Amino acid sequence: MIVADRKPLDEILASIRDRRKILVMACGGCVTVCLSGGSKAAEVLASQIRMARDKEGRPIEITLATPERQCEPEYLAALKAEVESAETVLSTACGVGVQAMAEHYPERIVVPALNTKFMGYPVQHGLWEERCAGCGDCVLEWTGGLCPVARCAKKLLNGPCGGSSGGKCETSTPENPVDCVWQLIYDRLKRLNRLETLGRIRPPKDWRTATETGQRKIRFEEVML
Amino acid sequence: MKAGSRLERVLAAGQFAVTSELGPPQNADPEPIRKKAALYQGKVDGVNITDNQTAVVRLSSIASAAIALPCGVEPIIQMVCRDRNRIALQSDLLGAAALGIRNVLLLSGDHQKFGNHPSAKGVFDLDSVQLIAMVKGMRDERKFLCGDPIKDHEPRFFIGAVENPFADPFEFRVARLAKKVEAGADFIQTQCVFDLPRFEAWMKLVVREGLHRRVSILAGLTPVRSPKALHYMKNEVAGMSIPDELIRRMEAAKDPKEEGVAICVELIRKVRQIEGVAGIHLMPIGWESIAPTILERAGLLPRPEV
Repeated sequence: MIVADRKPLDEILASIRDRRKILVMACGGCVTVCLSGGSKAAEVLASQIRMARDKEGRPIEITLATPERQCEPEYLAALKAEVESAETVLSTACGVGVQAMAEHYPERIVVPALNTKFMGYPVQHGLWEERCAGCGDCVLEWTGGLCPVARCAKKLLNGPCGGSSGGKCETSTPENPVDCVWQLIYDRLKRLNRLETLGRIRPPKDWRTATETGQRKIRFEEVML
Repeated sequence: MKAGSRLERVLAAGQFAVTSELGPPQNADPEPIRKKAALYQGKVDGVNITDNQTAVVRLSSIASAAIALPCGVEPIIQMVCRDRNRIALQSDLLGAAALGIRNVLLLSGDHQKFGNHPSAKGVFDLDSVQLIAMVKGMRDERKFLCGDPIKDHEPRFFIGAVENPFADPFEFRVARLAKKVEAGADFIQTQCVFDLPRFEAWMKLVVREGLHRRVSILAGLTPVRSPKALHYMKNEVAGMSIPDELIRRMEAAKDPKEEGVAICVELIRKVRQIEGVAGIHLMPIGWESIAPTILERAGLLPRPEV
């Protein structure tokens, strides 16, 4: 799922500095699961904003809404009345949700309350780790199901660099331990008796499938109207 | 001859090779490069010129090499994957060859978080294995990476790569070396050897795979001036193995500088006895002036005529 993290309150307050009436738009999708932008997180944010503004002597009127998913037009259309009665929409969705709102309501200012981080996996309660970089050319078949594009600090495709030590990446620190994904790949392929796959030289990656051509698109002609 | 550099000729003649290292300054002054190059003149077979080492901005490796070349040393320009994509790398390879540079050393590069611009975007368009294959393709197939032909004047380099016998996973280190050899590495410089038993174990695997016959392996060696330097490398540098015994020896020394030189000379003599070691790469980080003394005491001077 998409994992996001809330922006610092001061940054959010600055983005709605002159506003007197805002709509805090939560999202019932990924950001609810990662606890950063669901209805509960949005309520907490709304009360923090109210308190800060009351303290400044400039109270703010806040309404709340939580569509099932902010990234789909069907859910956004249903929120027309709420959106139009607010000066600004403060979205606690991921970057896709914020842009979907802006696209759907071109007359409204939409500002983000979150920093969208990555596509990740909850490795333990309250801890998410990046798993996929959306590079558009999946390599997991020969890497034992562990992605070096997303998880190696140098995106290496031909094995670990000289900084892999004791299973950790050279960028690892005691405060922020980072596993060397190539150590994990090696261990897993060894267990699966498939180490020979690592002996082959992998050619340079074609980054056109990743972000290098600007906006990427997927077409599914059969369902196009 | 692939590139005809002195290093290539020394190794082809079966002589024990010596390379060293020169770190460019953090400003636009050519003088420190000339001074350090003068120290090495006639004493080594090639001098690595580091490429923004530890991700700290320094005078460019290729420009430094062009400054060092008339001082009578043969530069080995280092090229890392961190700062340039395949377009810039190939362009710089053409430029380096046109300037008369004949040796390259290709590596992934320290992560940008360690340097003075930790907020920089790391490029890593290619990895080191792919970079080696690209440089070989430009030389031997006269082709750019995209397949377009290079119409005469192809860049001809003696291709170096690195390997770290002290990094993990240990068993994969030889497999990765094999990939670099397969990709086109002509010589290998290793990470600094302090942990001799581990280096010997790695070399045994290298010899067992017959890789020493396909690539020339130069053992990396670093003279240290104080026990502090060893502590630093042990604790702060990923993928280094420093035996405690060596630290104790440096701590007990009355004259740590002299002890550091003695240790380095001993290590040179020992690695020279190991089957498959074709030379040494001396990395006197920030202590270039000691290199001639060490080489003299290790019996590596004068350098052979080739």
